[in-house]
Amino acid sequence: MSTVNIQINGKPITVEKGTHILAAAKQAGVKIPSLCAHPDLDAWAACGICVVKVSNARGISPKLVRACATECVEGENYITHDPELNKIRRTIIEMILADHPQSCLTCGRNGSCELQTLAAEFGIREIPFARNVKNMPKDDSTGAIVLDPSKCVQCGRCAQVCQQLQNVWALEFIGRGEKTRIAGAGDIVLNETPCIKCGQCSAHCPVGAIYELDETGKLLAAIQNPELTVVAQIAPAVRVAIGEEFGLEPGEITTGKIYAALRAIGVDTVFDTNFAADLTIMEEGTEFVHRFTEKKDLPLITSCCPAWVEYMEKYACDMIPNFSTAKSPQQMQGAITKTYYAQTAKLDPAKIFSVSIMPCTAKKQEIKRSEDMFSSGCQDNDLVLTTRELARLFKQFGIDFKNIEPQKADSPIGQYTGAGTIFGVTGGVMEAALRTAYYLVTNEELAGDAIDFTCVRGMDGIKKATVDVKGTPVRVAVAHGLKNVQTLLQEVRDARENGKELPYHFIEVMACKGGCIAGGGQPYGTEDEIRAKRINGLYTDDKKCEFRKSHQNPDIQKIYKDFFGEPSSHKAHKLLHTHYVSRPTYKK
Amino acid sequence: MAYKHYVLVCGGTGCESSKADDIFTNLKTEVANAGLEHDVQVVKTGCFGFCEKGPIVKVLPEDAFYVEVKPSDAEEIVKETLIKGRIVKRLAYADESGKTSAVPEEIGFYQKQMRIVLRNCGLIDPEKIDEYIARDGYAALEKVLFEMTPDQVIEEMKISGLRGRGGAGFPTWMKWNFTKQVESDVKYIVCNADEGDPGAYMDRSTLEGDPHSVLEAMAIAGYTVGANQGFIYIRAEYPLAIKRLEIAMAQAREYGLLGQNILGSDFSFDIEIRLGAGAFVCGEETALLASIEGKRGMPTPKPPFPAVCGLWKKPTVINNVETWANVPVIITKGGKWFASIGTEKSSGTKVFALTGKIKNSGLVEVPMGTTLREIVYDIGGGIKGGKAFKAVQTGGPSGGVITAKMIDTPIDFDNLVAAGSMMGSGGMIVMDEDDCIIDVAKFYQEFCVEESCGKCSPCRIGTRKLYDILTKISEGKGTMEDLEQLKEIGEAMKRAALCGLGQTAPNPVLSSLHYFYDEYLEHINEKKCRAGKCKKLITYTINDNCRGCTLCARKCPVNCISGEVRQKHTIDQTKCIKCGECMKNCKFDAIEKR
Repeated sequence: MSTVNIQINGKPITVEKGTHILAAAKQAGVKIPSLCAHPDLDAWAACGICVVKVSNARGISPKLVRACATECVEGENYITHDPELNKIRRTIIEMILADHPQSCLTCGRNGSCELQTLAAEFGIREIPFARNVKNMPKDDSTGAIVLDPSKCVQCGRCAQVCQQLQNVWALEFIGRGEKTRIAGAGDIVLNETPCIKCGQCSAHCPVGAIYELDETGKLLAAIQNPELTVVAQIAPAVRVAIGEEFGLEPGEITTGKIYAALRAIGVDTVFDTNFAADLTIMEEGTEFVHRFTEKKDLPLITSCCPAWVEYMEKYACDMIPNFSTAKSPQQMQGAITKTYYAQTAKLDPAKIFSVSIMPCTAKKQEIKRSEDMFSSGCQDNDLVLTTRELARLFKQFGIDFKNIEPQKADSPIGQYTGAGTIFGVTGGVMEAALRTAYYLVTNEELAGDAIDFTCVRGMDGIKKATVDVKGTPVRVAVAHGLKNVQTLLQEVRDARENGKELPYHFIEVMACKGGCIAGGGQPYGTEDEIRAKRINGLYTDDKKCEFRKSHQNPDIQKIYKDFFGEPSSHKAHKLLHTHYVSRPTYKK
Repeated sequence: MAYKHYVLVCGGTGCESSKADDIFTNLKTEVANAGLEHDVQVVKTGCFGFCEKGPIVKVLPEDAFYVEVKPSDAEEIVKETLIKGRIVKRLAYADESGKTSAVPEEIGFYQKQMRIVLRNCGLIDPEKIDEYIARDGYAALEKVLFEMTPDQVIEEMKISGLRGRGGAGFPTWMKWNFTKQVESDVKYIVCNADEGDPGAYMDRSTLEGDPHSVLEAMAIAGYTVGANQGFIYIRAEYPLAIKRLEIAMAQAREYGLLGQNILGSDFSFDIEIRLGAGAFVCGEETALLASIEGKRGMPTPKPPFPAVCGLWKKPTVINNVETWANVPVIITKGGKWFASIGTEKSSGTKVFALTGKIKNSGLVEVPMGTTLREIVYDIGGGIKGGKAFKAVQTGGPSGGVITAKMIDTPIDFDNLVAAGSMMGSGGMIVMDEDDCIIDVAKFYQEFCVEESCGKCSPCRIGTRKLYDILTKISEGKGTMEDLEQLKEIGEAMKRAALCGLGQTAPNPVLSSLHYFYDEYLEHINEKKCRAGKCKKLITYTINDNCRGCTLCARKCPVNCISGEVRQKHTIDQTKCIKCGECMKNCKFDAIEKR
């Protein structure tokens, strides 16, 4: 690795070659203000706030450079702060504020807005420039995320995320000059674009211009309705992130606190999506073993991620036969809540209100994605709230989340294994499946460290491994961040076309970088450092579990014994499986 | 077979819109009618530059120079000049004193000009490659392919001192050398023909009048840096230039001057045209490259510079039309010859599009270092209608004003920057006493508001803020604080905008503020616009000269003038829209503007 020696405000520091000044300064403990730069993205260089001075052998350059987009050059000294730079930054922030609605009090980002923070840090008390606020209609067509172009500061993060990280191309700049705005590509409403509702745009927006559709009111209405039994499920990734909203460290496991807090706001019964994750493994694992032994429709591709499912239906529908027909854990949990649980608890499924707490905006759309989501005879899940929405509710109810006494989940579909909990991290579904598939194929349990498939862990965009199942090699691949998916699929297509051996037997895909722990509905400020902490939290949770393989979950064994018979049974197919259709984008 | 006479008809866009096509057809018919088709060749050429007096027809070898020709003049030109050998006096150029000049050498407009870039414009038929070749065309390409190494070409370019004519004046040889030094399997050559400054049309005229000069130069650069593919990015609003480029490219391919193994060498090079939709920002090189790639035309940060990482991330030489057009001559006549023209740091010539309140508007090409006085008075013939010279705006929306004080400053890249303006692509708009400096700054700022790509906040928001403040001042609502804000915003834009467009967009404001501070103060403190341009600051009143003829009242579009017949009329100031119709129509000097 080659390095360059530079100075930040005269202080020498050595950084990796190719490091941008902004990142180098951060390493030197110097924060350069910026509104558009984001560590997940290539520098777009829009806001102009991060400008710095360059000093080298020729003296101080008269031109300022953008710290976000300029690579460090050997021997140069970067002046990041001085009164002149401060003045320029201030002017730019004042100009941005002059064109901003400044409706902080009623904005979803009040308190977490990056523009608000800048304004506060620069102590801006009045806007010297004439206001020029454009009132433009909101776009809430997706029913999952809302685009409010009036608040947009044109930082370009959302479009970059959508295009570069996710390869979806639903968002684009429209218009020119002061009329420039973000909109659905082709200036059509978002729901008619190839948008997959992953919500990464909302997670990266520095202000309140793109946000999750707030549906907290619906939960409160259900709680208030005496006829309804409100049943909640919480997704794996929520437990290691929601604490951040209450001053806890990212990655801190708060499962019991969430159960307790949910009950405190009036939820009747609390289950855990992790249970359904175990159930998914039983169905999908069985499906895999079946396809693997029959050599049919391989590679098997995971289908837990609704954003990925929609992406596949829109951009890679040739892969439909390879998709696991198993529903996502959320949908399995909903289905069994309104059948199995309703039976045991002697409740009318129509009077159960099933709410799921998800790290994800696409889950909001998943609950109605096809008729299969109504398998219980009514809508299997009634409402999805993101982590951010739930945190707001807890705050409204004055819950002292940090100190609330943890509680346990309800029976009979609340207990989970370590395999279920790692569903929230990239590679986790694969690892959980391998733990059970190994058993299903060999009838032997993986023991000791062999249970940890570290080969599929980590933040590499594409992870490939060959797993030895008692002499039989199983080739697996894991991709997260949808731009990485096409590479894998192309390998499969190429092999097929050339009649070569398939490169993989099993592929796991999660739409968001890092998996659900960094989903579009998670607390703001997600970047790699935070991803790592949340991931660590889930692996810790896994280690703490009494059982770490889905098939060992006693409640899973019970549900098959009492209700489904066996994995992939007729009843399981009716309730736990689904089908996919091609959804071409930009219909002619 | 040589002809006895050549009749050259200007076929540039300007003259074509004044029926040059019909003139051409009529001349051909008249020549045929007179049975002279074997003795006379009628040629449609590129622009002569003297657009003020177009359409232009020139007859060789007599060098008879006819201006403001109409299609109906064809018969007389054929009968008098071609058959009888006489000059048609009424079509010859006449200066203010009434002195007619029948040959260009006698016309002030041409006397101080030196045509290198426009060497073939108005002389050859741009749609015939043979005519270009007859004027030493493609000799430079042949020379570099068979007699020079790429390093020698770079050296020659270095000696010539040619600097980019697109505006910033970066040494061309350095650009080429950067690209040459980068190891890459693919490199590109790009011609920036996205001419966007209001009033500028030298690139259009060059491409219309001499397209091969650009093609040849691009091939030379391709050979020098090791590129085999070129792109010409041209705005779709230039259909004639596009058509002539396409013809030129087809002919060049046919002659083996483009395509595989040019002139039998191992060097292959071809060119494609890419049409721009007319966004000003696409003249900025990184935005232009993005647009060629099919992306939204938005600039990206530099570095990396296109020379190293350009089109599709490959090393790319990008020069503008005028720069390219200089290259073949530099190769054939030598860098030393080129360097001997112009000033020490700005060699060669510069083409300016001279417009505004000037008698002889048109395209002028002068050696660098020519003074503004020479351009405005000697070439341009001075200010129209005997008004006083106020300033010249150079560099379009990126430039600034040059005042009467600097009228004797030699014009080159560095002097213009020192004066707070810039060369830009060469737009030169002359203002007289009737032009309000705030109105002019507002005009350019409005242009920038529309043409900012919208990507970076200093430019997107700053242009609009400047425009709003200028509007406020022009309405007499300005305060001293506003002047401070203009400077503050202008400075932030200059320092923090992403691309050249944004960094230079405040120039018209800052430079006018610098040189015409008094005029700003007048608007603010006295609520007065001395040029009478800012409508909110002027009032029309009727004085005692009024005879009550009622003409003004009848002409007023908003019916705000009232009065009895033969009685003095009055203007209702609350309704008046300051259109000036009353003043224009009054026969008794009874309307006053203050």
